[in-house]
Amino acid sequence: MNAQLIRELKRLLGADAVLDKREDLLLYEYDGSVEMARPECVVFPRTTQDVVHIVRLANQYKTPLVGRGAGTGLSGGALSRKGGILAVFSRMNRIIEIDAENHRATVQPGVVNADLSAAVAHLGLHFAPDPSSQKACTIGGNVSENSGGPHTLAYGVTTNHVLALGMVLPNGEQVRVGSCALDPPGYDLAGLFVGSEGTMALITEITVKLTPLPEAVKTLLAIFDSLDDATETVAEITARGITPAACEMLDGWTLRAVEAYVHAGFPLDSAAVLLIDVDGLREAVEAHAEAVADVCRLHHARDVRLARDAAERDLLWKGRKNAFGAVGRLSPTYYVQDGVIPRTKLPLTIRRINEIGKKYGFEIGDIFHAGDGNLHPIILFDASDPKQFERAVSASDEIIKFCIEMGGSITGEHGVGMEKDRLMPLLFSDAELDFMRRVRDAFNPENLLNPGKVIPTAKSCGEIRVRPLPIAGGSPA
Amino acid sequence: MSAVASAIATRLAEIVGDGNLFANPADLAGYAIGALRPRVAIRPGSAEETADVLKFAAAEKLGSVACGARTKLDLGLAPRKYDLAVDMTRLNHVSAYDPDDLTLSVEPGLALHQLSATLAERAQFLPLEVPFFRRATVGGTIASGMDSPLRQLYGTARDFILGMEFVTADGTLAKSGGRVVKNVTGYDLHKLMIGSFGTLGVITKINFRTFPLPRNVRAFIASFDSAERALDLRARVSRSPLKPLTMEVFSPGIADLFCSDASRRIDPAAFPTNLLASDAWAFTCGFAGTEKVLERYEAELRAMGAQVGGANISVLQGDDVRAAFACKREFVPIALESSPATTIAKAAVLPSRIQEILGVIELAATDESLRWAAMARGVGVIYVALLPDALTEGARRRLARATGRIQSACEKAGGHATIPWCPFEWKSELKVWGSERADWAQMRKVKSVFDPHGILGVGRFVGGL
Repeated sequence: MNAQLIRELKRLLGADAVLDKREDLLLYEYDGSVEMARPECVVFPRTTQDVVHIVRLANQYKTPLVGRGAGTGLSGGALSRKGGILAVFSRMNRIIEIDAENHRATVQPGVVNADLSAAVAHLGLHFAPDPSSQKACTIGGNVSENSGGPHTLAYGVTTNHVLALGMVLPNGEQVRVGSCALDPPGYDLAGLFVGSEGTMALITEITVKLTPLPEAVKTLLAIFDSLDDATETVAEITARGITPAACEMLDGWTLRAVEAYVHAGFPLDSAAVLLIDVDGLREAVEAHAEAVADVCRLHHARDVRLARDAAERDLLWKGRKNAFGAVGRLSPTYYVQDGVIPRTKLPLTIRRINEIGKKYGFEIGDIFHAGDGNLHPIILFDASDPKQFERAVSASDEIIKFCIEMGGSITGEHGVGMEKDRLMPLLFSDAELDFMRRVRDAFNPENLLNPGKVIPTAKSCGEIRVRPLPIAGGSPA
Repeated sequence: MSAVASAIATRLAEIVGDGNLFANPADLAGYAIGALRPRVAIRPGSAEETADVLKFAAAEKLGSVACGARTKLDLGLAPRKYDLAVDMTRLNHVSAYDPDDLTLSVEPGLALHQLSATLAERAQFLPLEVPFFRRATVGGTIASGMDSPLRQLYGTARDFILGMEFVTADGTLAKSGGRVVKNVTGYDLHKLMIGSFGTLGVITKINFRTFPLPRNVRAFIASFDSAERALDLRARVSRSPLKPLTMEVFSPGIADLFCSDASRRIDPAAFPTNLLASDAWAFTCGFAGTEKVLERYEAELRAMGAQVGGANISVLQGDDVRAAFACKREFVPIALESSPATTIAKAAVLPSRIQEILGVIELAATDESLRWAAMARGVGVIYVALLPDALTEGARRRLARATGRIQSACEKAGGHATIPWCPFEWKSELKVWGSERADWAQMRKVKSVFDPHGILGVGRFVGGL
């Protein structure tokens, strides 16, 4: 990287806010996905003014620039695909304002998701999007990726909770879009920028809605001897119009991996479990839990357990949220997908995924946000065996194509990033992709901001690189 | 028709068929925006025809405005150029409905009440209970960004639209989002289309998530001697574990509107009498659930209502709930029927500032001798009807002063206020879209991508867009 650029960054941000040694940069060449890309320098802005400086220098030196939160992303969204500067927002981690009366909070992008909920818990509020990585991931990252999480089934994903954004555009201009008050006149720019994966602006301030904590929560663990019974239960819960707060499924393979690690109390001999939260008014929760249990029993659940107390509930959820950490103990390399399907197609799709696994010689674990139809099949493979890796990619592609055939989509919450851009043509025509490119270019005309993401640059199948080791306890939503 | 118009009509007729092109003055009057009439109106029969129409319109630089049932064509400002009305009412089918998945895909020209009936057969619904409900189309509702009393619990269209298909101004048929309930594949372009008044593209399909129809709905209503007390109840309910479906505070003037002949003309289900007094403020909310849940709501609402000095506390059931809801939903059309020069402002502030804004509204209306009524949603969106006795120059001046005060108070409070409805000839004198906002400059960038030649309703929307 241009030595003059590094000198200027150090002068403007301070020497302790710039990393450019190889051994330091190695820490920033991966995220939670299998992708890798090393930045040429890492900077840590403390203020919006710092961000403006960084953006202007990147422009002046025509250097790619990528924003990053905690690096827990699952699609390579916060990796420097084209080198250049990686701006890590961990030092912009201040909660600027909490307005309990109006259920609003304004935060800097580096605030950790769970920290915001912890900061407002005494007010009876929380920030509803809850990715499994919520103890580490930042709200800036959540906004960029439009993150989900188990409880988004009832509460909605990040975009449903963002009201306004302060941003620095790739030309260095500071802008604020949206409004604390609802329905600001004009186009829904906040709606456009949330989930744009850092390709149009760097976010410096976020105003979110806070959600009241429910009065009562019940957590049910339904245990099944057949995978089909479990998936059919989910389809019927949906069809009956029961909306649990969360409805997660772990298949036998995954729950055994989890149990060995977390000891959450999942029965080792079962084919699948459903972990279901119902919440709301005390009186409503009782009726809801009963209705859910009825459907589970109708579909031959061997047992439907109700968590006795908060401690047992937390343990079950700890099992769910650490599932990918548990898988990481079994294999250093695994590939997690994020396809979405209509809930009615759940039984069929899960059967198909297992057939695809058999065809390619993999045991595929299934853990997913069943209530949303958002699947996270896990394929373990040995990265040192190129043939096996190739088979893993083929199996993975076949699963995704099947999701699309079912009327689904390639990513429900992890983002396209640099992992799935090659799959975008499966869903969008050239004209549509070109249109998205033009929208991006309206804000990011030179494509210096997070280049090589979301929209494929070439039609050829991109290669998926393999990360040598997963982050310990790495935990997709 | 001029030779040019005739040539245009000939080409358009080739796309949509002779029977779907209108060029005679009587037909075109039905597409008027204020005093402006299009040169031609056409009804495309498919998304592909819509794309061909826009391709032609772009080549010929025809100012084009898409419409549905034309209940809200008067919103916003006059377009700078209005050559072509693109009537979408032939695209009126349910493209896909999967009740077991609670997802739905519809064409924009479908009438809301028809869709509502289809969904009700499967005990489902869309929380799009918007004004002009018996006539409005799905597409017009979404393109105009109408909100519903149900937003208290369900949010607005942006919260339950899963994806869209639309034609951009150059005739490209594009889509974004999908038909699954969770999806982050590509940019959320459909969010831009919601409330954009057709200035970015023409919607040809909308995908929704549907919701189970709440059974056993009841409504609570109580009268108060001040806005402060009614709003105090709003705040208490917001702090409580209760999650009502709807929540509104009515100003005293509402009683006269909802119990009027105008109200019955709009929706025959008139507001239950004796519940609203002409001199009192009211708080009302709807709720649903099992018998036990209903009992809990009723007990807590009654207790909280009494604590803040509520009178006439009532809980409505059955037809009364439906009638009260219809009046809330149709506040705007009822108000439009109630004066020859009805002007409606839509204000939005943080809920904690509602009282201050209602105070400004009352003062401004009183100072300008204007009859008025306001409906404040619990989320901080306030609809204010200002009802002059006549359409006169004097009334216009009084209205301009009153709306100006309301708008500047909202802006000072960190909110905003627009004037969606007023006599068309007054539009140029009022700040229809409020004051210029900092992010309008960014909106121009979006517009330049979607509509580079400026053919889609240019001038109707914010900042001249």
